[in-house]
Amino acid sequence: MHRIQDAKKRWEFMCGEDSSLLIAMNKAGAKYIPVGCRAGGCGVCKVKILSGECHTKTMSRAKVTELDEARGVVLACRAYPRSDMVIDVAVKNEIKQ
Amino acid sequence: MQKGVMRPGHVQIRVMDLNEALEHYCNVVGLIETDRDAEGRVYLKAWTEVDRYSVVLREADSPGMDFMGFKVLNNEVLDTLREDLTAYGCEIEDIAAGELNNCGRRVRFKAPTGHFFELYAEKERTGKWGVTNVNPEAWPRDLKGMKAERFDHCLLYGTDVPATVKLFEDVLGFSLAEQVVDPDGKRIAGFITTGMKAHDVAFIECPEPNKFHHASFCLDTWDSVLRAADLLTMTDTPKDIGPTRHGLTHGQTIYFFDPSGNRNEVFCGGDYHYPDHEPVTWKAEDLGKAIFYHDRALNERFLEVLT
Repeated sequence: MHRIQDAKKRWEFMCGEDSSLLIAMNKAGAKYIPVGCRAGGCGVCKVKILSGECHTKTMSRAKVTELDEARGVVLACRAYPRSDMVIDVAVKNEIKQ
Repeated sequence: MQKGVMRPGHVQIRVMDLNEALEHYCNVVGLIETDRDAEGRVYLKAWTEVDRYSVVLREADSPGMDFMGFKVLNNEVLDTLREDLTAYGCEIEDIAAGELNNCGRRVRFKAPTGHFFELYAEKERTGKWGVTNVNPEAWPRDLKGMKAERFDHCLLYGTDVPATVKLFEDVLGFSLAEQVVDPDGKRIAGFITTGMKAHDVAFIECPEPNKFHHASFCLDTWDSVLRAADLLTMTDTPKDIGPTRHGLTHGQTIYFFDPSGNRNEVFCGGDYHYPDHEPVTWKAEDLGKAIFYHDRALNERFLEVLT
């Protein structure tokens, strides 16, 4: 299990390598990251990776451009952690606690 | 005033992984694969439909809807409507017969909401799937998943719903069955039909053009909608909301997502509409009840989660 934290350490949850960040957060009963389609299409769960590694499945190019991806922007529903991670919720919605 | 547009005929949906999409649309929703083309597109139909396909899946790097097509009575109607659209100021694209397999020529135009629509008169008629047209049995026995009966409608989000509804009414002969009106009297949603159904296509106002909210498939009963929800759990398919009832149309519904994040609906029931019916009006301030009749509140996804 890997520890997923936000940049200001206001929240954290644990996530296994076989779970997306979003599903692990959801199972933990938390609402830090907005939940949308859970399939890489709608883009509402966009986060920025500040540290750590993850494997990503296909994400909509309309929501995550190549430049975004190079800068560490991922959709939490398509990101599977490979280490502890620090992330920033990047969408317009304020973090819902 | 009907002008020869019969019904929704097809929708082309972009998916990010064709095999995952086929697993979803065929084994969960219960559509049937009927064809593939040289571009790699896959053609599907629901079992009660008489034409060869109604859903076309195209693999792409972002999900959403490419276009929605309506079938018109015949080629004379197609020519007339093409002229009428041009005279109305729409830019027309003529698409040759065969660009979609076994489909005649199509007349494509862009609505003010930013969506592409097309009209066509001919598509190979293969008949209902799994039943004959003489002394037909009630249903075929080897259907899968939710056993969707028909591709029914799309809900689309985009700019300038009033102008789009006017185009469909004035040029294509659709009738406004239901609407949502804001306190200033502006129509922010229009549900329009070309027959008796509560809607063949629906629009909701949104600052961004050409957004896809959902493609909807008809089921036979409320029990089927409940079992559809069971299947979503069994297959770990992301659910949006339901089973519940809409205020708008009063249909019984469940929303969920395909593996690329395109929203699907399966539903049953709902109101009917004749051309002499006044439109049903919902107040924008009661939009929660209009959309989700039991919760009486929108979930945060309804207005923002789009492809």
